Amino acid sequence: VCVCEREREREEKQYVGFATLPNQVHRKSVKKGFDFTLMVAGESGMGKSTLVNSLFLTDLYKDRKLLNAEERINQTVEIIKHTVDIEEKGVKLKLTIVDTPGFGDAVNNNECWKPITDYIDQQFEQYFRDESGLNRKNIQDNRVHCCLYFIPPFGHGLRPVDVEFMKALHEKVNVVPLIAKADCLTPNEIKKLKDRIREEIERFGIKVYQFPECDSDEDEEFKQLDKELKECTPFAVIGSNTVVEARGQRVRGRLYPWGIVEVENQSHCDFVKLRNMLIRSHMHDLKDVTCDVHYENYRAQCIQEMTSKLAQDNRMESPIPILPLPTPDVETEKLIKMKDEELKRMQEMLNKMQQQMHEKDQ
Amino acid sequence: MAATDVDIFSNEEKRNLSLGGHVGFDSLPDQLVSKSVTQGFCFNILCVGETGIGKSTLMNTLFNTMFENEEASHYQNGVYLRPRTYDLQESNVHLKLTIVDTVGFGDQINKEDSYKPIVDYIDTQFENYLQEELKIKRSLFNYHDTRIHICLYFIAPTGHSLKSLDLVTMKKLDSKVNIIPIIAKADTISKSELHKFKIKIMSELVSNGVQIYQFPTDDEAVTEINASMNAHLPFAVVGSVEEVKVGNKTVRARQYPWGVVQVENESHCDFVKLREMLIRVNMEDLREQTHARHYELYRRCKLEEMGFKDTDPDSQPFSLQETYEAKRKEFLGDLQRKEEEMRQMFVNKVKETEAELKEKERELHDKFEQLKRMHQEEKRKVEEKRRDLEEEMNAFNRRKVAAETLSLSQPLKKDKDKKN
Repeated sequence: VCVCEREREREEKQYVGFATLPNQVHRKSVKKGFDFTLMVAGESGMGKSTLVNSLFLTDLYKDRKLLNAEERINQTVEIIKHTVDIEEKGVKLKLTIVDTPGFGDAVNNNECWKPITDYIDQQFEQYFRDESGLNRKNIQDNRVHCCLYFIPPFGHGLRPVDVEFMKALHEKVNVVPLIAKADCLTPNEIKKLKDRIREEIERFGIKVYQFPECDSDEDEEFKQLDKELKECTPFAVIGSNTVVEARGQRVRGRLYPWGIVEVENQSHCDFVKLRNMLIRSHMHDLKDVTCDVHYENYRAQCIQEMTSKLAQDNRMESPIPILPLPTPDVETEKLIKMKDEELKRMQEMLNKMQQQMHEKDQ
Repeated sequence: MAATDVDIFSNEEKRNLSLGGHVGFDSLPDQLVSKSVTQGFCFNILCVGETGIGKSTLMNTLFNTMFENEEASHYQNGVYLRPRTYDLQESNVHLKLTIVDTVGFGDQINKEDSYKPIVDYIDTQFENYLQEELKIKRSLFNYHDTRIHICLYFIAPTGHSLKSLDLVTMKKLDSKVNIIPIIAKADTISKSELHKFKIKIMSELVSNGVQIYQFPTDDEAVTEINASMNAHLPFAVVGSVEEVKVGNKTVRARQYPWGVVQVENESHCDFVKLREMLIRVNMEDLREQTHARHYELYRRCKLEEMGFKDTDPDSQPFSLQETYEAKRKEFLGDLQRKEEEMRQMFVNKVKETEAELKEKERELHDKFEQLKRMHQEEKRKVEEKRRDLEEEMNAFNRRKVAAETLSLSQPLKKDKDKKN
């Protein structure tokens, strides 16, 4: 008995306690809540809205108005944001869906992706300004974390507009290509199309979002799932706004005379894989890549441009740019001065005290 | 005399006579049929639709053959038309079928000019026929008619409405060819969505004034079926050449994990309706409409463009012959005049150049003369100088000799003096 007690005492002494950090992080994050911005892009009629509704099990598009063919001949691309607050098991998510109606719908679609790239850049710029500002407590992160691009399943692979769009965006946002309306393809056709699209993505040098590699110490089952996930891209998805009865259950699906397509049936489509990837496992990684890679690229580029401009003007020699900071108001300046003086006084007092102690010791 | 006789006859009422027995001219339709069967039929289909939308597969399914076809690429620079002609036979009926594909349609980023190659192709076929018709030595019965009898326009199954490109293209084509719009790959639209989609498409076509082909309802044998079919437009089709076993039959179908879509099942899609309408009931009407309506319109516009009229200012009918002759004379006159002009110009030019050359020659000649004179002058001067020099030399020589002799005689004298 004594041996056990001593063992336990020793263990307790050795136990520092930082193993609780994950729990602390969890608690804090639940309290703070999360935010995520998802952009959907693709021609009209690809099922984007239906898919978003299916993914988040809600109806974001209650009163939208669709344009006629005539109105679309010269249509320009708009950017429309829908923001909703959703909660699940105490975890709050502020979800923003960025819609791009009009993309690819006009007869002449030259540079129809420009409004979209401009929007993404604007969000980066806004964040850049906020980040360089003085009061950074409540920065709003409106940067686009992921862009789902819907490829029509009616063709033989990527079309020129698909290639151009993805190339214009692949260095600004995580691009996840999807095969839309996959219920018009048989399993063989899906495989052929996926292979073709993957080959074309590589051939044209399009950098789509890559899933991060598994850690080598993950268990085999996880690694297997991860491998299956990667080989399945681009995901062939089907969405549905309606609930039907299939095999005795009520599921989201599409009712046809020849059968029922179940959205969440993995042998029917890759919806579940997409949902798991997007929401259940990789949402945070998407945010990280946006912050660490795309945003940093933008920021570096911005700074370079600014310095090169300054160098041209021959005004500054230092590589650190002077940002157009907002001039602080008089109040804040006074406060800063006061605080500075206080700090100086305290520093002096500290030095005096140290000296006294030193003398005393001696 | 003949004219007045004809007048009398046409003013009389036509009388119906009853026959006393069987004459036998009721076999006329049969004679016509047997003649056309011997001649063979010809039918031309134009398929307009995006790459990959299922045009080739539908043709294979409709005619139950495998027409050779490679997959088209999405990266064509523009739209071009690819006609292919096949000889088919069913029972004892020969059909010369031409299928024209639009390659690259809908793939470009800027599709403003996409409709042009299609319109140009249709017009060219009309033009070829017109040329044949206007020939002096014609062989129309032998002529391979390549005019497009039907345009199948493939609409993508987005479920919302027509695409802007569809609207623009169909508006350009509706006055030149019979259009039947069809919804391609219809197995991705559920029944309720399909109903809404069809209504939306038809209303968009109507509100934009697009004339699509109406199945004729004036022939009582087919009125009923045609009228009901008109209400089902656009046809939602599914094509497949693969066979799947359903129950104890093997049918053409598409096999999905959730079920089997049977091409010839009328509750699955409208393929059977399309086949009925296009091939089994209205093929001949389509050919007739093409010739009597679309081709005539083209011909009239073309001839009016060329300056022909049906009636002159006095409202007397023009003979085509006369107008043609007049035009020809005018044209020849123009040609001759132009020839004269050119000849005149040529002659003028030659004269000009000749004059120039002469001028130059003269100049050269003058220069030559001048040079010659200069040369003479120089020569003379040189001669003079030479003579002067010679004289001087002679003078010098004389003096030299003189001086020498003098010097010779001098020392003698000196010696003489010295001696003295």
